[in-house]
Amino acid sequence: MLKKITIVALTAAFAAASLPALAQGKKDSVVMGMTLEPPGLDPTNAAAAAIAEVTLYNVYETLTKINEDGSVLPLLAESWTASPDLKTYTFKLRKGVKFHNGEPFDSAAVKFSFERNAAANSTNKDKSLFQSFESVTAPDADTIVVAVKYSEPNLPFLLGQASGSIVEPKSAATNVTQPVGTGPYQLGAWVKGSSITLNKWADYRNASAIKLSKVSIRFIGDPAAQAAALLSGDVDAFPRIATRVVAQFKSDPRFTVLIGGSKAKTIVAINEKKKPLDDVRVRRAILAAIDRKAMIDGAVEGFGTPIGSFYTPGSLGYVDTTGINPYDPEKAKKLLAEAGVTTPLELSLKLPPPPYARQGGEILAAQLAKVGINAKIENVEWAQWLSQVFAPNSPHNFDLTIVSHVEPFDLVKITEPDYYLGYNNEAFNGLYKQIVSTSDEAGRAKLLGDAQRMLATDAVAGFLFQPQWPTVISKKLKGVWKEVPQFENDFSAWSWE
Amino acid sequence: MSDPLTAAVGLPTTSVPSRPATGFWRRALRHRSFVLGAALVCLVIGSALLSLVWTPWPAYEIDIASKLKPPSFSHWLGTDSFGRDIVSLLLVGARSTILVGIIAVGIGLTSGVCFGLLAAARKGWTEELIMRMSDFTFAFPAVLSAIMLAAVVGPGMLTSITAIGIFQIPIFVRVTRGSANAIWAREFVLAARASGKGGFRITIEHVLPNILSILIVQATIQFALAILAEAALSYLGLGTQPPQPSWGRMLNDAQTLLFQSPMLAVYPGAAIAVAVLGLNLLGDGLRDLLDPRLARER
Repeated sequence: MLKKITIVALTAAFAAASLPALAQGKKDSVVMGMTLEPPGLDPTNAAAAAIAEVTLYNVYETLTKINEDGSVLPLLAESWTASPDLKTYTFKLRKGVKFHNGEPFDSAAVKFSFERNAAANSTNKDKSLFQSFESVTAPDADTIVVAVKYSEPNLPFLLGQASGSIVEPKSAATNVTQPVGTGPYQLGAWVKGSSITLNKWADYRNASAIKLSKVSIRFIGDPAAQAAALLSGDVDAFPRIATRVVAQFKSDPRFTVLIGGSKAKTIVAINEKKKPLDDVRVRRAILAAIDRKAMIDGAVEGFGTPIGSFYTPGSLGYVDTTGINPYDPEKAKKLLAEAGVTTPLELSLKLPPPPYARQGGEILAAQLAKVGINAKIENVEWAQWLSQVFAPNSPHNFDLTIVSHVEPFDLVKITEPDYYLGYNNEAFNGLYKQIVSTSDEAGRAKLLGDAQRMLATDAVAGFLFQPQWPTVISKKLKGVWKEVPQFENDFSAWSWE
Repeated sequence: MSDPLTAAVGLPTTSVPSRPATGFWRRALRHRSFVLGAALVCLVIGSALLSLVWTPWPAYEIDIASKLKPPSFSHWLGTDSFGRDIVSLLLVGARSTILVGIIAVGIGLTSGVCFGLLAAARKGWTEELIMRMSDFTFAFPAVLSAIMLAAVVGPGMLTSITAIGIFQIPIFVRVTRGSANAIWAREFVLAARASGKGGFRITIEHVLPNILSILIVQATIQFALAILAEAALSYLGLGTQPPQPSWGRMLNDAQTLLFQSPMLAVYPGAAIAVAVLGLNLLGDGLRDLLDPRLARER
């Protein structure tokens, strides 16, 4: 036994001694951890956020780039102008840009990409945005003009998302496995179920500014394994790491913990198409049963800010609506009685895999039980969740579910007729139309405030919190963003100290 | 048992030894592994029964403010990530463990013994069919059949009970058929047959009583395996569903907190170990005590 311990101790000592040597040798490469593996590498044909985490601004580029603070910077477009009614945008494209396969980047590629996203058989996450384009015209090779059917003040921002990635016409069909873009990195290797390696593209227009010649991305779903990979030095950075394991890194001098805000909204979705959830009093009762503070502490270890509507603090026109349906179990019981519901009310609660949903679900069930609602937990995988609960053509077979909507500014989703919440309120849809057709900022801010209040008052969902996304990185790694307005990792800015 | 022929040749009607019960208990109390095993099993069953009437804290009560508290006077083993009392969770968890074990072994025992006796009694193609079917079932481990079942009907306690139960059937079929065949070859069965008893009566009156002790021992050991399988399935999220406490799910929950509160994984792990160890010792003890040959050697 003693011998065994000695051997283990010696091995550990050797490993510890060789770590700094390893770190010395990898000044131009980084290993990053990610929770989910992307299903493919074409961000224009699938919704999985993991695709963007690998490819956005690294393999593919977009016309604009959404910066850490949410501002919009030029990328493939050098500049742009908007018509006064915010319906027509003219983008001046960067010259001399090439795709990885040597084809030139020009307005034809942009036109092709946008029209492909709007096509009838498109599976683009933001298909509705691209279908709202009246026309996409290319007057010359370096100019693209986008005419939108309505005022869209956010167009430059929206086109900076992964769904707006510019692809090359000849290679577009095979992008899922062999991505071709204009970005600084090319796919090196993809070991399914394990890792993706990106290599620096030597012909990138600004290659000298790219510090890392190789980025390996390892997929580690288990929180304990995520922590172990960082502690052992196998992984140098772990963006959006499981909140449960963050605490131990805060006091560790080898690591930096970055706590970034998000534009995400974690909600208890309520199926308004089902009885008795179509009764606003029942929905208000559910909201009154929810203690947001306990939810944030228990589901995401305190990494969240309470929200009262489908909108995040810090965005244009944000109003605090957390007081509209406050935590009040007694009131919840009264509301249920008023609605004529016999308790215990049996409801199904379908939970997708992330910890915020599984942990949050147990807390929610316990909180609902106190007011006479018996929520039966069903843990489901993402594929099941999408096909049973969420997808537009799914049966929406659920009463309650917990999910985080990570897309910024997606109020439009609530106006979609087959959205899983089943709200379908003409008054709200009218208000939303008014918002998008108002071009002055103050007017929009006021209308956005009204919209948030309407969603909160109608208890459209149990709006819980805006999550914060913790990132743990090695102390010597620089250039990693703290704020993350969307799911992405900009490797072009990363470097070793 | 007034068969004239049997009485005439002086064969016993059955081979079940008619020992006085007190003899069994005297030997049992001296058998160390039996006593230890029985004590551990009683501890687990006692905990489950106790949880029906009393737990230190309500096992379902979530109190986020006091999450991950170390052991103290109010929470003897501390609290989990939702602020629930570990002792209460362990007590209530024993309930689902035992429930799944009993029902699953019950399914395996009843169907397995029926098929095994049938195979031994009928021989021929009936035996072939039953044995090949059990080979087929045996090829699927409980975890695999549970995953398949969960994919079709959804995860839950019922799924894990069914999967573990089905997995137990071929084991009991093999044990029953093997030992029943040995009994069928005995002279007193021949005598019974000669006296005109049918296959069914011989099975019920002679075969079953003689293999009962083997079945009891096997059932005890299968119970231990069922507990392990239940813990594994719950750990994988296919067994007992939240919020119902279960040892396997407690382990799963603790896994993500290994660096912060390693003891959270130790408690349910120890509970599973105690239950399985107890049942195995009890099974060993019963085997020694019920086997007439071993008993005679003492």
